[in-house]
Amino acid sequence: MTQIEFWQGNTACAEGALAAGCRFFGGYPITPSTEIAEHMALKLPKKNGVFIQMEDEIAGIASVIGASWTGARAMTATSGPGFSLMMENIGYAAMTETPCVIVNVQRGGPSTGQPTMGAQGDMMQCRFGSHGDYSVIALCPASVQEMYELTVKAFNLSDEYRVPVFLMADEIVGHMREKIVVPDSVPYVSRKELVRGMPPFRVDIDLIPGFPQFGKGYGVHVTGLTHDERGYPCATNPKLHEALVKRLVNKIESARHTIANYEILNPDANQVFIAYGAPVRTVQQVMHDHPDKNIGFLRLRTVWPFAEFALKEFKNAKRFLVPELNLGQIAREIERYVDIPVISLPKLGGDLHTPAELLAALEVPQ
Amino acid sequence: MRHEVRFSGFGGQGIILSAVILGRAAVMHDNKFAVQTQVYGPEARGGASMSAVIIDDAPILFPKVANPDIYVIMSQEGFEKYGVDAGKEAVMLVDSTRVYSRPQCRYIEIPATREAKQTLGRDIVANIVMLGALVASTQVVSEAALEKAILDSVPKGTEALNQRAMKKGIELAAGSTHP
Repeated sequence: MTQIEFWQGNTACAEGALAAGCRFFGGYPITPSTEIAEHMALKLPKKNGVFIQMEDEIAGIASVIGASWTGARAMTATSGPGFSLMMENIGYAAMTETPCVIVNVQRGGPSTGQPTMGAQGDMMQCRFGSHGDYSVIALCPASVQEMYELTVKAFNLSDEYRVPVFLMADEIVGHMREKIVVPDSVPYVSRKELVRGMPPFRVDIDLIPGFPQFGKGYGVHVTGLTHDERGYPCATNPKLHEALVKRLVNKIESARHTIANYEILNPDANQVFIAYGAPVRTVQQVMHDHPDKNIGFLRLRTVWPFAEFALKEFKNAKRFLVPELNLGQIAREIERYVDIPVISLPKLGGDLHTPAELLAALEVPQ
Repeated sequence: MRHEVRFSGFGGQGIILSAVILGRAAVMHDNKFAVQTQVYGPEARGGASMSAVIIDDAPILFPKVANPDIYVIMSQEGFEKYGVDAGKEAVMLVDSTRVYSRPQCRYIEIPATREAKQTLGRDIVANIVMLGALVASTQVVSEAALEKAILDSVPKGTEALNQRAMKKGIELAAGSTHP
């Protein structure tokens, strides 16, 4: 039996996490993500879970990584300033291949910026914010329903690929309340278990090592230093380092066709919007109001790894228009792959693009 | 039919709760779609507070209120900040105890704070009086749905008081003049 609710996006995220089996939350409350921590603090103890408010966000993500190594599904939630603090340990999670979910309800930056206003300014930071080369997965919800569903998906992807997964929400979807249909059960993808006797970081063809189960007698060394397949530090071997880092990137990038989640509307159109997160709603409104205009739409739920192959579906496209609540972070990513003009439609300050603004962008002569 | 309802008053009057109750009534009890948004900021305690609800029979795409057709204004500062630009086609319910300005559009005077205090004994339920008046005068959700959503949302032990507040609002709307 599904259940209808009128929930805030942040509540839906927390409920999605609980439904996915998340039993650990470590973090530090920050607007506009605080309701996620509040809801987890209320609900986790009743499900034999643990909620811990740490001294700051660095410690928050550190506690999540520790919890994950015990086998728990673990998450944290934050916004820009806390996200910046987490970067060191996000790299550690990528290097140690620790499944974890990091929710960033984005607000206007840089610095403390606009605590109560929506933005998408951290899209590049979530891809490249920690030092060194690595890959991650980032999902962008555009509704309260997707705050729930993509949180569930984030946990499954994180366990499947042993990688930090980001739910890159924004204040608009985080704080608005709307109708949500809550399913009675959600899909569950388990971590691949380490085969007894196998070195803990030896990989198969899928490039993902099995996960040693806590309390089952495995002695595993977990380190952020470059390590061999036994997990032992081996930081001066150039070939080993190169192979490890390339694997961390390739295990995600080579699976991007599987990970990618997107929707294509009107693939024959000349003018094509590309959007993710809250601006999706404005594009949908424009398409609904102007069915005669044959507007194309690539609507991304997964932003990282980037599904560049989806761009090729628009065979008649004369230009891509990319409304974002930043100064063109993903527009620039799209430019790398196409020869036609990519029109960035940036918007800062906290308001969503209005339908009239996007309509006006369509009317600008090509 | 899409309706955009904007609530404004001062922090502490239950402006946000009013919008949540209205949205909840539409979604949970009238089988409609609704999106509720609000302005967050340091003004939440005492300053002008604003919240909005979009109600529609079809799924709501663009979630922000652009051009409200219904206003519920409960403070003078709220009027000046969020009500004064109301379009001519709109209808505005004003808490006439607290708002002395009047808009260009059609308006309905509801002495909500006075009635809440004098008749019901608690000025805290003025927002529920306004909700009753809103639904009676616009039918934006059904009265049954509003009542259920109020009972879902208010603290235990205050249900009867809030039901009386809603009925008072309905009664005031019926007796009000529509200049």
